[in-house]
Amino acid sequence: MSDHATTVVAEMPPVHPGNADVQRLQSSSSETGLLMGFFEWFGNLGIFSWRVLRAAVTPPFEWRELIRQLDDVGSQSLPLVALAGAAVGAVLAMEVRSSMSRFGATSLLPSAIVYSVIQEMGPTITGLVVSGRVGAGIGAELASMKVTEQIDAIEASAINPLRLLAVTRILACILMLPLLTVAADASGVVMGWIAQTLVQPISFYQFIDAGFHGATLKDFLPPTFKTAVFGLIIGLIACFQGMRTRGGAEGVGRAATNSVVLASLFVILADVVLVKFILVVFH
Amino acid sequence: MTMATAYDISMSEQEPEEQSNNSVVAVENLCKSFDGRIVLNGINLTVKRGETLAVLGRSGTGKSVLLRLIIGLETPDSGSISIDGNEIGGLTVDRMGEIRKKMGFLFQHAALYDSLTVRENVAFPLRHNRKDMPQSELTDRVKQLLAEVGLAADLNKMPSDISGGMQKRVGLARALALEPEILLLDEPTAGLDPISSGEIDDLILKLQRERQMASIVVTHDLHSAKTIANRFALLDQGDVVVEGTFEDLQQSSIPFVREFLKHL
Repeated sequence: MSDHATTVVAEMPPVHPGNADVQRLQSSSSETGLLMGFFEWFGNLGIFSWRVLRAAVTPPFEWRELIRQLDDVGSQSLPLVALAGAAVGAVLAMEVRSSMSRFGATSLLPSAIVYSVIQEMGPTITGLVVSGRVGAGIGAELASMKVTEQIDAIEASAINPLRLLAVTRILACILMLPLLTVAADASGVVMGWIAQTLVQPISFYQFIDAGFHGATLKDFLPPTFKTAVFGLIIGLIACFQGMRTRGGAEGVGRAATNSVVLASLFVILADVVLVKFILVVFH
Repeated sequence: MTMATAYDISMSEQEPEEQSNNSVVAVENLCKSFDGRIVLNGINLTVKRGETLAVLGRSGTGKSVLLRLIIGLETPDSGSISIDGNEIGGLTVDRMGEIRKKMGFLFQHAALYDSLTVRENVAFPLRHNRKDMPQSELTDRVKQLLAEVGLAADLNKMPSDISGGMQKRVGLARALALEPEILLLDEPTAGLDPISSGEIDDLILKLQRERQMASIVVTHDLHSAKTIANRFALLDQGDVVVEGTFEDLQQSSIPFVREFLKHL
């Protein structure tokens, strides 16, 4: 049987792949390359994360640079985050009012606005706004330093660039995101009240009292502190993309774009997981 | 003139103890390739204290890669590099940092931190490696370093506001900030006019006389190399073709060497 099969194969004419076969082969090869690239990216990110973690827990600590980054990530992002939060609060108030008035449930409006802003909209908007502003900034800055050998110069000066550049930026993102979220939440709630009171006057005290009625810290702390994870994602991806850049100005542009796109994508994906986690653990 | 291999054999046979004792930088059988292309193919080099070795060769022969390997910015495929008797292969980042404090590196394009002033660029290695240094001492040291390279009046300028030659000088001052025993210079005069090149050469010579450092200079500029170096190594196709004094190079019968020197 085996001999026969061999003979048959040996006697078969050589196969010349047609256009369709070639396209299928090329497509299969590019899919394999894409898959390999996907795993390689995650593998390199894992190695990078481990090195950053090691640099973070061993002295010397770069306090001065950390403070500079806290200012850059925190106070420089504050106006943008507050504005985005305010816009979300106003839009929510208008949309929710329109929906709830159909069911005669306008008395629940303050609660709906406060819960929506603090539990989901504030953290998500903060994560996305910081992904855009800070992620692009870190990605472009580090990429530019990489292609002009400034990171090599840091290393040649006996300074660990991961400790100086990556650890400080990632820590700043982790620490500042929850604080920025509080700012976004506050401006969202205030703007929600303004939008509400313009249509149906209500005092701020009454709005807050109704909005937070029956609420506990469990309702508000986990969604706020989940943004520390967003900060980790934004800082880590932006530093990783920036520090692995090659190819001059084009590479810098690519690093900045990739930092924003990937950080935003992973913030949204992480949000799905974290919301489920919070619901399971805290409710 | 001596062929590289012959030179190394004669050195190892005749004066092994002297070699190991005096060599501040020792490179043995160093190999490095990128994407399958061999750049360095088993290079052997030593540099002693107070000596300046000029590494010459055509573009793309791995001269800059050699410097980057010595300071640990690249990892060799095989071979070993010893700095002051310490083998640097497999060291942790922090341990390598300790070794790097003995070395100063002048990058080909200076690689100044573009968001910092000239003063801050020179202060950078001191601020991060000498955290116990008082601010007044640090300021004085930076001023002294910049005065040494002739830029005492340009402390507060940004790198983008100064010329290429001045940037090289700032890079040199930064490389000297930690008082290194070994100075690595990557194309110190590339892209500079003859007067600026001459000034950089004079500066390097002055520093060598005053500090007695071991230096490795990678350059295409034969005139500059002849001025500042007392030993030469010519690279071709990943290997040292010839090593010795300038007279050794001139007396070489190797066609590549003769062709290389023809344009001097």
